[in-house]
Amino acid sequence: MSGSVTRTPPVKRTLPVKRTRSAERTLSASARRRGHRLSADVALLAVAAAFVLPLAWVLFSAVDAEADLRVKFPEEPTFANFDAVLVPDVTFTPLLNSLLLCGGATLLTVSCAALAAYPLSRYRSRTGRAFLATILFATCLPITAIMVPVYALFVQVELIDTMHGTILFFAASQLPFAVWLMKNFMDGVPRELEEAAWTDGASPFQSLLRVVLPLMGPGIAVVTVYSFVMMWGNFFVPFMLLLSPDQMPASVSINDFFGNRGTVVYGQLAAFSVIYSTPVLLLYILIARRLGGGFALGGAVKG
Amino acid sequence: MSSAASGPRRALARALPASPGVVLLLLFLAGPLGYCVYLAFTDLQLTGQAESSFVGLDNFTKAFGDEDFRHAVWLTLVFTVVSSLIGQNTLGLGLAALMRRASRPVRTLTGGIVVVAWVLPEVVAGFLLYAFFRREGTLNAVLDWLHLPGQNWLYTLPILAVSFANVWRGTAFSMLVYSAALNEIPKEVTEAAQVDGASGLRRMWHITLPMIRRSIGTNLMLNTLQTLSVFGLIWVMTRGGPGGRSQTLPLYMYEQAFQNSMIGYATAVALLLLVVGSLFSLVYMRLLRTEV
Repeated sequence: MSGSVTRTPPVKRTLPVKRTRSAERTLSASARRRGHRLSADVALLAVAAAFVLPLAWVLFSAVDAEADLRVKFPEEPTFANFDAVLVPDVTFTPLLNSLLLCGGATLLTVSCAALAAYPLSRYRSRTGRAFLATILFATCLPITAIMVPVYALFVQVELIDTMHGTILFFAASQLPFAVWLMKNFMDGVPRELEEAAWTDGASPFQSLLRVVLPLMGPGIAVVTVYSFVMMWGNFFVPFMLLLSPDQMPASVSINDFFGNRGTVVYGQLAAFSVIYSTPVLLLYILIARRLGGGFALGGAVKG
Repeated sequence: MSSAASGPRRALARALPASPGVVLLLLFLAGPLGYCVYLAFTDLQLTGQAESSFVGLDNFTKAFGDEDFRHAVWLTLVFTVVSSLIGQNTLGLGLAALMRRASRPVRTLTGGIVVVAWVLPEVVAGFLLYAFFRREGTLNAVLDWLHLPGQNWLYTLPILAVSFANVWRGTAFSMLVYSAALNEIPKEVTEAAQVDGASGLRRMWHITLPMIRRSIGTNLMLNTLQTLSVFGLIWVMTRGGPGGRSQTLPLYMYEQAFQNSMIGYATAVALLLLVVGSLFSLVYMRLLRTEV
């Protein structure tokens, strides 16, 4: 053994030494990695604790008849708050209004987006590219900023305080992003599949309806759910464009827990918040699992 | 000859499906935008005035001469820098980086909680953080428990409270962007740096950040645009008060239009906001183009 070592050239002799050193290094590296994991876990849990406190407040207060502004576990969990808010005036009418408003606008947005995405995805033209650039530009505009002029315009054309007017504006404000997303999903449907339909004499409209759209179910689901969730949570648009209380969606009517009724019953506010938020959380889970979390960015960031 | 005649007609027929969308956009988005540009140069009022007249740049000179407006611009800047540039962006990147090292259950739990805060409706988020920051709220309870002095956050530091609220609500977006970006960095690159003995922070600074710089750019743009148009969150928490100390530009605009009945003036403020938004929008498109 020692003889072989003396006979080996210097370059080779260093090899085993190097190997043991790298082995040591990987050993300490794995220990270090374990340390890293522990410190990362601790840091993440600290952030999670800070983030969860407001959420815990709403969950605990909703089942606490004596809820105030602090997080505390209810002494006697009760559904009294839910019973109190689950009446037509407080919950059912606003939720129905929300459903009508957001459902109608989503339907309009998704149909317009599917139709508009088709020529953008299938034919290349200069107009199409310019249109797409405009659409992308419009997705970023702060809609909040145009609400005052929209209000003034709606007063003039007598669309103020009407459900259909608000639906039309909602649909238009969400349309740029919906077109953008829809076009990206449609690009994923191979053209060859349509060509067969064309040779059978189908019009582009028929092939869109019968071939392309059925093949992009997940994409349509994402655009639909995304538009709906954005509108469901939107406060400023209905707040500006609707006036009569019986038309108000939940996003605006929730403010009635403050103001009008003197003292705020926090437990009922929390219970209503839970009822109002649950649909969007469920919808989000529905599509997030299918698309792995960062769905909103699939279209926005990747282009 | 016939192909020249059918060319434009065919192009028109092909573009036909886009027409409902285009009409909707023209009537309800381009229309209001055009009307916004027009109104900004008039003195239209909310009530009691049949005719409005063209007043040139009066609204803008008035705005820049108004102390409340300048204050609102300043608060908007603070709000954007603290909550978007520093808060959401840095925390989101930090969370995404930590999640790569953390154990699976912790990663799922933290990610879930942060995303729930993001998915909740804006107004609900406002109530939750209102309860959190109130004098008798949770934050003071926690500080009390730690034997630290509490205070009436919504009164003493309203702009900071709403900024933190926006961090709470918006961090998930940055976290998702950065998680996706970090996942795309080839493992060999970080491993090579690790073998060379580069420490975690140095690896972050010299290797990771330059590799995801495009994502940083897009994320900053989108965060800033989102933050510029926050209304409901601040409205629910403070109504812009006390004494206008959390009144960012959207809230100032709303007050001018509906408390002071000056639609024309409020629209001029809106136009300024739109111009800033458009500039960010153009930068964002430029970033996308270099990325594609």
